[in-house]
Amino acid sequence: MKTTYREALREAIRDAMNRDDRVFLMGEDVGSYGGCYAVSLGLLEEFGPERIRDTPLSESAFVGAGIGAALNGMRPIVEVMTVNFSLLALDQILNNAATLLHMSGGQFPVPVVIRMTTGAGRQLAAQHSHSLEGWYAHIPGLRVLAPATLEDARGMLWPALCDPDPVLIFEHNALYNLSGELADDAGPVDLTRAAVRRPGTDVTLITYGGSLAKTLTAADELAADGIDAEVIDLRTLRPLDADTFLESVRRTHRAVVVDEGWRSGSLSAEIAARIAEEALYELDAPVRRVCSAEVPIPYAKHLEEAALPQPASIAAAAREVVRGG
Amino acid sequence: MKEHLDLLREMVRIRRFEERCAELYSSAQIRGFLHLYVGEEAVAAGVVSELDPQDAVVSTYRDHGHALARGVPMDAVMAEMFGKVTGCSRGRGGSMHLFDASHRFFGGNAIVGGGLPVAAGLALAHVMRGEPRVVACFFGEGAAAEGEFHEVLNLAALWRLPVLFCCENNMYAMGTAFAKEHAAGDLALRASSYGLAAWSVDGMDVLAVKESARRATESIRAGGGPCLLELRTYRFRAHSMYDPERYREKAEVTQWRHLDPIDRLVEVMRPEFTDDELGAIEAEVSVEIDHAVATAETADLEPVTDLTRFVTSEVSP
Repeated sequence: MKTTYREALREAIRDAMNRDDRVFLMGEDVGSYGGCYAVSLGLLEEFGPERIRDTPLSESAFVGAGIGAALNGMRPIVEVMTVNFSLLALDQILNNAATLLHMSGGQFPVPVVIRMTTGAGRQLAAQHSHSLEGWYAHIPGLRVLAPATLEDARGMLWPALCDPDPVLIFEHNALYNLSGELADDAGPVDLTRAAVRRPGTDVTLITYGGSLAKTLTAADELAADGIDAEVIDLRTLRPLDADTFLESVRRTHRAVVVDEGWRSGSLSAEIAARIAEEALYELDAPVRRVCSAEVPIPYAKHLEEAALPQPASIAAAAREVVRGG
Repeated sequence: MKEHLDLLREMVRIRRFEERCAELYSSAQIRGFLHLYVGEEAVAAGVVSELDPQDAVVSTYRDHGHALARGVPMDAVMAEMFGKVTGCSRGRGGSMHLFDASHRFFGGNAIVGGGLPVAAGLALAHVMRGEPRVVACFFGEGAAAEGEFHEVLNLAALWRLPVLFCCENNMYAMGTAFAKEHAAGDLALRASSYGLAAWSVDGMDVLAVKESARRATESIRAGGGPCLLELRTYRFRAHSMYDPERYREKAEVTQWRHLDPIDRLVEVMRPEFTDDELGAIEAEVSVEIDHAVATAETADLEPVTDLTRFVTSEVSP
């Protein structure tokens, strides 16, 4: 069937609500408004205000309430409008969700799912556009997901809700209108493995989320130049499936990491370090990274575009590692 | 009289436990931060005595009194102080982070205000399942300056969540006096402005605390929405073992010590209650504490090979 990323996310929520009475959705404007990005449009009418709960603009309170409800037997889906706003709830996510199980000696698992928008590309300026999922991927105790395809938008939520521990799902804002075919029986997907989205032999391009489409475009450009790039979608940012990208790098002997986060202290740095630790002697060229410029993401279209990884910059980095620049 | 005896026994347990912890800290058997509850026992003893086993408790970094009153075994609390595997958090939490799922004790939270959102969520789960439970959420007056206090009181009142907010106003946020931290003085008034029932209680009078907790929990269980009690109390000892107490006068401490909640309850119980009976309680408590220390001393440490256990769950869905 023809669908969109947004509709696939909505169908996943609907499916989870139907499967399990303990599941409910709460967040700012998820009900009457239909969700800031219209993901939950219509769900209030379908499930009622007890299970589709509009919250006050109190990120720490409602994210913490999700944690408390999860501790007490429920399976909440908490929606935070953007990752920038999630910083108002960072205390709850780090000091409670990610910590309580260990700090209690295994007594208190926190099966909460927290969804939020991430990324730039819609001229929303610096307080709605950052890619901070790498920060969250730093934190032990969290599972961090970045669905980049319709299948993952549809299929990641249910296994996330089945996970006894906290799961964060990052939805890149450029993806909501992504449309395409999705199998009628599309369902839960494996959360443990990265995916090879395009097989290739000359260079491994490692990316996730909103950068996947740009990286695939870059791979097409490279193919026209006679460079056969393999594209890996990390899908799960924590715990990382390093085996998949290391296996690829050992075949291609070259790697470019594409990450919309800032370069310094980033997820891209972690991946490059893993390659250096595990496969340094397999490399024919240094690992390259294509990241966002180290600026708060600006409003003006030309500046925003210049700040972000783009197919051209990804292809240029790949050419450099393949041909030595 | 039975009720009075139970409250007295609980306060004495907490007091003597805390005093022993201070000694053990001085002899370096307990490390980390140690925040003692001495002087504030009436709050934990009075409030928790009104809770049912299926109710829930959320606490702070000054959590020994709440845990003991809730029934977390003293052996497990003391073993946690010693960092032993038999501790109520398997040695991973220490003094500030006591947990016990079997007593629905959801832990000492050492981020000031950090337990309030969790309490709201625990209560939300009760509401959604139609269970007439109360969540008792302890925090200090310092937390009333945190954003989470305001966010959660609004949310709890808005959704009529069955939470008993217990604000232990001991007059100092660590070393910052109430008047230096809060522009407006009346915490009950502040809470009631969010649309929930709130009143102040003499937190040095365990019978007054118990009576207020009874009224509040009855109202909450009847669907009356959240309540807040401002429990006016005082910490007789330093904030933690590192605190030289430069911020308050000794005379002030002495004045509050005249309001000692244990002495006050004993006064109420005289003349029927005799020194012999008090001595019997002390002896009983002393035996319990000695046992807790002895078992903690000889208990095993968690093997280092288990360091990373419980970062994620071991049970698959």
